[in-house]
Amino acid sequence: MSALTFLIVAVIKIAVTLGVLLTVVAYTVWLERKVVGRMQNRWGPSRVGPFGLLQPLADGIKFLLKEDLTPPYVEKPLYLLAPCLSLIMALTSIAMIPIGPIIHLFGISTPVQITGVVNATGQSSDINVGILVILGITSLGVYGVALAGWSSNSKYSLLGSLRASAQMVSYEVSLGLSLVGVLLMSSTLSLRGIVHAQLGTWFGFIPQWFIFRGQFIAFFVYMMAAFAETNRIPFDMPEAETELVAGYHTEYSAMKFAMFFMAEYANMVTVACIASVMFLGGWSGPSLPFLPVAVQAFLPLLWFSAKIFFFLFLYIWIRGTLPRFRYDQLMAFGWKFLFPLALANVVVTAFFVAIRA
Amino acid sequence: MHLYLFLLFGAICAGGAVNLLIQRKAINSALSLIVVMGSLAVIYMMLGAEFVAVVQVIIYAGAIMVLFIFVIMLLNAGEEEPSKGSTVAKIVGIPGLFACVIVVVKLWLQQRPGERLIPIGAMYGPADQVGMMLFTKYLLAFEVTSILVLIAIMGAVVLARRSNS
Repeated sequence: MSALTFLIVAVIKIAVTLGVLLTVVAYTVWLERKVVGRMQNRWGPSRVGPFGLLQPLADGIKFLLKEDLTPPYVEKPLYLLAPCLSLIMALTSIAMIPIGPIIHLFGISTPVQITGVVNATGQSSDINVGILVILGITSLGVYGVALAGWSSNSKYSLLGSLRASAQMVSYEVSLGLSLVGVLLMSSTLSLRGIVHAQLGTWFGFIPQWFIFRGQFIAFFVYMMAAFAETNRIPFDMPEAETELVAGYHTEYSAMKFAMFFMAEYANMVTVACIASVMFLGGWSGPSLPFLPVAVQAFLPLLWFSAKIFFFLFLYIWIRGTLPRFRYDQLMAFGWKFLFPLALANVVVTAFFVAIRA
Repeated sequence: MHLYLFLLFGAICAGGAVNLLIQRKAINSALSLIVVMGSLAVIYMMLGAEFVAVVQVIIYAGAIMVLFIFVIMLLNAGEEEPSKGSTVAKIVGIPGLFACVIVVVKLWLQQRPGERLIPIGAMYGPADQVGMMLFTKYLLAFEVTSILVLIAIMGAVVLARRSNS
């Protein structure tokens, strides 16, 4: 593959992935309003387009056209930097996610992953520390929240961002540790390698996903920590509207507020992607031989999207179900329950891996 | 290409370090330090040591500097008072620093003629090799460091409990 083709393919992959991600983000908001609405016996958005399907578009136009108010007492450079940081960090990590296997199109083969390439032997490979890169990028996302609260120069924002950064730093530990078990079992840090380690089946139909290979406790810990990382109910302390107006983005309006909003939903998608790659076998799934060949080619993408949709629905479902934690409960839960559980999982997994080796 | 990227990120790194020193506000200095850490990570990555680069980002930029920012936010540290520096230091300082660095590097290269700068992309440091080195060749240093960290953790626990009782 020449340098020019490589560049063109990379640009196309980035454009398509980004486009799909932003669409998913917009329609997750719609889905959330619709599903929570039905759970609370309301209709949800229903006026703009059929079933309110054009509501995200209308919201986007509203955000763009609203008055962009910058309070006079803010720390201007940091106030402007914070939403950009949040959104950039949220959107960048999708580049590491392996979405599908190699596709062959117009005589070019390339894996469905922005950072993936086909190497000399015809195998697909990606950045060999992929999962750590994602953890690094998401850990930088804390700065967006922290700076937003500090630069707004408002007590609600400051309290919200203090809570948010403390919570994100605390739960990052459990989140990272919950992934160690999977890394031990797959003995690679490359996300593509981790998916390849889960491609087989038992008896021809039970998939060898890590969640079925003894990592269900890790999966539970990961999901709990992920809810806290993305500041979702029941861990949405940072923006507890009954106490803090809107938390760290109280002083933001129009598109700058929308950037925080998009970052939150993009983070939800990323977290769902990592969960399905690490525990649910990424794009692997039952093969359906009775379907036509043209449809079969899209099966991996279909399975991957189905898993993402499951996680997004789970987020919304839990939001419609659980009340908010108290702040001390949140910290105690993170440090005294999830952290020891994740550590125990690492020790037990390491023990079994050592026995088998 | 690699050389230009190296020069670019080296310049960003040095610029961030200088900015760290001349900024009056604590939070701006802390942010400059994050820029320094980030560009260092990029340089590691260009050398071929992806694992070290990513660990640099996770630990320094993602954990330690977050705590710095956190403390600055909690204490709401304001602007610092500029001290009255001497004129001699201002005039002689920067050329003197450059001269010192050049002399040290020159001497170092003369003392060890076999060692040269590592060419870009030549380092090969995947995670498993780093781990192997830590648990065989550098085992003692690794374990001693872990004891040091343990002592720090215990100290933190003691300090945190004292205010309670």
